[in-house]
Order: sequence, then C-alpha cells, then structure tokens
Amino acid sequence: MTTLAATGALRFSWLLLAFPVFGAAVLLLGGRRTNKWGHLLGCAMSLASFVYGVIAFFTLLSYPAADRSRDLHLYSWIPVERFQANIGILLDPLSICFVLLITGVGSLILIYSIGYMAHDAERRRFFGYLNLFIAAMLLLVISDNYLALYAGWEGVGLASYLLIGFWQSRQAPPAAAKKAFIANRVGDAGLSLAIMLMFAEFGTFNFTGVFASAKSGGSGVGLALGLLLLLAACGKSAQLPLQSWLLDAMEGPTPVSALIHAATMVTAGVYLMVRSNPILAQSADARMAVAIVGTVTLLFGAIIACGKDDIKKSLAGSTMSQIGYMMLGAGLGPAGYAFAIAQLLAHGFFKAGLFLGAGSVMHGMDDEVNMRRYGALARVMPITAVTFAISYLAIIGIPPFSAFFTKDPIIDAAWDQGGTAGWLMGGAAIIGAGITAFYMTRMVLMTFTGAKRWEEHAHPHESPAVMTAPMIVLAIGSTVAGAFLILNNRLVDFLAPVVGTPPVLHGLWTVPGETSLALAVVAAVLAWSMYGRVPVPETAPRGNLVTNAARQELYGNAFNESVLMRPGQWLTRLSVFFDSRGVDGLVNTIAATIGGSSGRLRRIQTGFVRSYALSMLIGAVLLVAGLLVVRL
Amino acid sequence: MSPAAYVFLSVILFAIGGVGVLVRRNAIVIFMCVELMLNACNLAFVAFARLHGNLDGQVVAFFVMVVAAAEVVVGLAILMALYRARKSASVDDANLLKY
Repeated sequence: MTTLAATGALRFSWLLLAFPVFGAAVLLLGGRRTNKWGHLLGCAMSLASFVYGVIAFFTLLSYPAADRSRDLHLYSWIPVERFQANIGILLDPLSICFVLLITGVGSLILIYSIGYMAHDAERRRFFGYLNLFIAAMLLLVISDNYLALYAGWEGVGLASYLLIGFWQSRQAPPAAAKKAFIANRVGDAGLSLAIMLMFAEFGTFNFTGVFASAKSGGSGVGLALGLLLLLAACGKSAQLPLQSWLLDAMEGPTPVSALIHAATMVTAGVYLMVRSNPILAQSADARMAVAIVGTVTLLFGAIIACGKDDIKKSLAGSTMSQIGYMMLGAGLGPAGYAFAIAQLLAHGFFKAGLFLGAGSVMHGMDDEVNMRRYGALARVMPITAVTFAISYLAIIGIPPFSAFFTKDPIIDAAWDQGGTAGWLMGGAAIIGAGITAFYMTRMVLMTFTGAKRWEEHAHPHESPAVMTAPMIVLAIGSTVAGAFLILNNRLVDFLAPVVGTPPVLHGLWTVPGETSLALAVVAAVLAWSMYGRVPVPETAPRGNLVTNAARQELYGNAFNESVLMRPGQWLTRLSVFFDSRGVDGLVNTIAATIGGSSGRLRRIQTGFVRSYALSMLIGAVLLVAGLLVVRL
Repeated sequence: MSPAAYVFLSVILFAIGGVGVLVRRNAIVIFMCVELMLNACNLAFVAFARLHGNLDGQVVAFFVMVVAAAEVVVGLAILMALYRARKSASVDDANLLKY
C-alpha cells in the first residue's frame, strides 16, 4: 500500500508525543513543587494522548482501506547530503492499534497507580517516569523510520531501567534494573547493526524506502536483517536466549510490571517483527528462526511459571510464554501476523488485569508476594478475585473469553505449516496452552481459595475504588477483546493493507483448537487436584527434577553466570592486570627513570657562579683540544 | 722584539685573569679579572695583526673594547643592585638560583 500525506485531524499526530513528553518534563524538572498534583497531571497527559488516539483511529477508519497509511513529516533531524534522518509520524492500521493499546491500558494503569503508590513519597517521580515511558513507547510505534524507532526503543529501555530500579534504597531492584539494561543492550546492538546494514545496503532508514529496496535486495540481506532484528526482539521481548532479565524485572512496582513488562514494552519485539514483514518476506530461514524462538520460549516461560511461588514471577514467566505465542505467530508470515497482533492486544488486557490483580493482593497483604502465604482471599477481596478470575479465564482460552479467539488461530496457523515443523510447533503450542491452564489454575487456587496461610499481622482488605475501577475495565476488555477483534475478521481485514491477508481462514472451532481447549481443561483439573483438593504447604516441598529446574528458571541464570558472567569477569580481571602491570607499568617505569635521573642531574645547578665559570672553562679547553686533535 | 713575545704575554695575562675569575669571591675583582682576560685577547689580536701585516685583528680589538665597555655598564649596575640587596659583594652569597 502507498503512504499518503497526513491530512485533517492526523496533521496533529505530534500531539500524541507532546502530551506525555510535557508531563514527564514538568514532573521530572518541576521537583517537589509538583508533588501535590503531579500524579493527576501524569494521568491527564496519558488520557489526552488516548483521546487523540481515538480521534485518529476514527479518522483513519473514515478513509478507504487502501488510504489508511498516513505519514506526517515533522522535521529533518540530521540533513546531510546522503544521510537524511527525518523525524516523521506514520499512522497506519498497525501503529494505531499500538497507540490505542499503549495510551488506553497505560491510562488505566496510571489511574491505578494513584492508589497503589499513594503511600510512596516518590509518587511524583514515578508518574514522571511513566509519562516518559509512554512518550518513548509511542515514538517507537509511530515513527516512520528505523532510526527514530531506535530512539524510542532506547527510550523505553531507559524508562524500564528507571522503573525497575525505582525503589533504589532496597537491595534487589537496582541489581535487577542493571540486569535488564544489560540484557537489553545485547538486543539493542542487534537493532543498531540492522539499521547500519539497512543504510549500507539501501541508503535509507524510512520504512517505505527500506521495504521497497528489500523486495529487490535478495535473500542474503533479508536473512541478515531478519536475524539481527530477531536479536533485537529477543532482548526487548525477553525471548530465548535473552530471557533472563524479565523475572528479575518484577522487582519494580507492580503497575510497572503490568504496563511495561506485560502489556506494552515487552511486546515491542513483536511490533518490530510485524512491522518488518517485507524484510521477513525475503527470507524463509529468518521467519523460521523467529518461529523457533517463539516456540521454544512459549514452553520455556510456561514451565518457569509452574515452578514459581512468587505471584509476580509466575506471571512474568507467563508473559514470556504468551509473547512466545506472538513471536510464533509473527514467524509464520502473513498467516500469523494479524493473529499475533490480536493476541498481543488481548494479552495487553488480560495480563495487565492479572498484574493489577496481583498488585491489589500485594497491596492488601503488606507486599507479600509468596503465594504460599496467601489463600482464602476471595472472600476479603471480592472485586479483585472476580476480575482476576475473568482475566484467568481469558488467558487459558475458555470461550467466550479473549485468548480462545486469539490463541487458537496461532495454533491453527502453526499446524497449517504441515510436515515436521507443523507437528513440532503446533504440538508445542497446544502443550503450551495446557501448561498455561495448569499454572494459572494453580495461581488462582493458591491465592483466592483454600485455607488462610497468612502472616500473623496480615489484614487483607479490598483495594480502594481508584484501583478496582481500572481492574474492572480491564476485566471487561479481557472478556470482549478477543471476540471483537477476531469475529467477522475485523482485525485481519483492518491490518490487511499492512501485513497482508492469511492464506487460509479457519472457523472458530478447529481440531487443534479443540485439542488445546480440552488439554487446558484437563490441566486445570490436574492443578485443582494438586492445589485445590489438598491443602497447600506453607513452605515449598522438595520438588522433583522438573520442579526444581522450573524454580531455578530452567537454569537460565546459571547458564548466563557460568558461560558469560564468569568468563567475562576473568577477562576483565586479566585486562585490568595487563593494563595496570603491563601498559601502566611500562609507562610508569620510563617516567620514574627519567624523573629520578633528572632529579640527580639537577644537583649540578649549585647556584655558585664560579663553578659555572669553571665548567665553561673546561668546556672551552676541551673544545680547543678537540679542534687541535681533529686538525692534527 | 718578536711578536711571539706579545702572544706569550697575552697568554700569561689571560691565564691570570682566568684563575682570578675562578678563585676570587669578590665580584669586583672577578670583574676586573674578566677585563684582564678581554684585554689579553685584544693584545693577542693586535699582535697577530702585526704578525700578518693586515688590520683585521686591530678592527676586532676595537669591537672587543666596545663590547667590554657595554658589559661594564650592565655588569656594574647589576653589582650595585646586588650589593644593595645583600650588603655583600661576594658571588658565593648570591646562590639562590639553583636546583
């Protein structure tokens, strides 16, 4: 499809960025003066962006389908002869989906944070960072070229770092923030290399230019770009092999986990894949790599989620797994792009709902995260329990909730590949659905039912309305989003101009989908027999091999430590030794020698004129003697 | 009288001046010794001019006298300033400029 210039209301699409940037600037530069009303400004700026997003969405809808890609050139960032870096905003069906998700879910979570962070002295700074995040995330999804996308990409990484380490005075959060930042840097290197390769090969960063050139660029460039972009996506979306940071990232405040590490930022990798679909179209190998990464991660995350007793870490494992589904969908090409986005949008609702529910439970339980110290909370927190249960039904794919509509098409599409790949990926996706049902049922049962296993001083209570209202909205979203997006092929048709149409459209009820649903029910019953029927021990029992592996995050950290960290430390120590003893040693020795000898030579300058005269005389005599000798 | 005698006299005067510069402490005496060395040179120049039968050496002797006069002006001024500051004309007392 061709990109047209923005007209009408879309000429003001810079407002999308301006609102949250303004909010962040006021809150972060204004200091303590803004403490009183800072959180309200933060929410207002996010809501303003959302309102503009809705206006832009309906403006786009009013155009015919082929004219819905609208570009607004803002200014030339670096105008050098052959290096034209522009800042521009591209609003098309794909980016507007993300705009609505980011600003919509973002606003809900900001409102929730008013209550959640009410007792935190640094609430204003928190809202400033969240506004910064929303601005960076919007820049990431609406920029019309890879360079500005990269700026947004780094911006969300920065915001993520700041927010994970928000509670700086505690021990764990700063370490977790550093870990997230470093793991993300590895991925960022992939993105920057991809952008350099684009410029070297195609001479431009613009989506239109790159995609047009990619079609004639050959599969070698396509494969290289695809793999580099996949590396970037792995870092940002916590996919194997860069998955380890996401579980530690749960040290941040829960609204951060909900917004950044569940609903929006970690899905940026999926956006990158889907946005780069013309590049992926050039290389079947690159697509296969994306699908394999997704498949492995969806199982990996799900198994970790089963072993964790920390409610947020279990949800983080679940996020990895769900993003694995999206990556699998993105790796399937046009057959899966639209469904990956559908899953992403639905996931934004139900996972944000689950995290906010977890936050509400923690809020009532004095920040306890161990599910073994929960139990029987449904009675004291009815609204939290009901909204959590709805999101739970949505994530495990019980009809008519969201994931039933959005996950099954991905499983079908994976199955449609046929052959070994179809069997393996489709099978893994079905098994993943079963494991999802197991760990989510376990979480719900351990948290809301059974006997009280609370700490002695715990007085759980329902959260205030400012927190429950966003949870209710998200629960409604979890209920209807999937059906709304998938029925009548709404999202598929809407996105078709950008990502193409799936070759085969299945109905709602398909054999792989049925199998996964049946497996989910069986797994839920299994979880009930293990955690609902029998009492849950307050301390974790000695597990078997698989349980222990899951508790250790499938040895991802151990692997990183032994293969990367320790050799890295040795390398550092060796380099420091070589530098201080070798390089510095040589230089310092020379300096010390010269310094010492000149200190001794200096003593010749006695200050006595007559000794100078004597040395002059000796010099003159020697000179004359020398001349005589030469002459003879 | 052979010109060689003048050259020998000049060498003796130069040696006396050189030893005086090296062994005496009084700045004025050192100064006089320097003058002695310069005049020894002048004597040698004039003697060689006579020996070779041209005027080159005599011209150089005039130059040396001019330079010596200028040197006396500057040198005595420095000596006066030094004496006022230190109440001493000994060159060994003025030894601050050292390592």
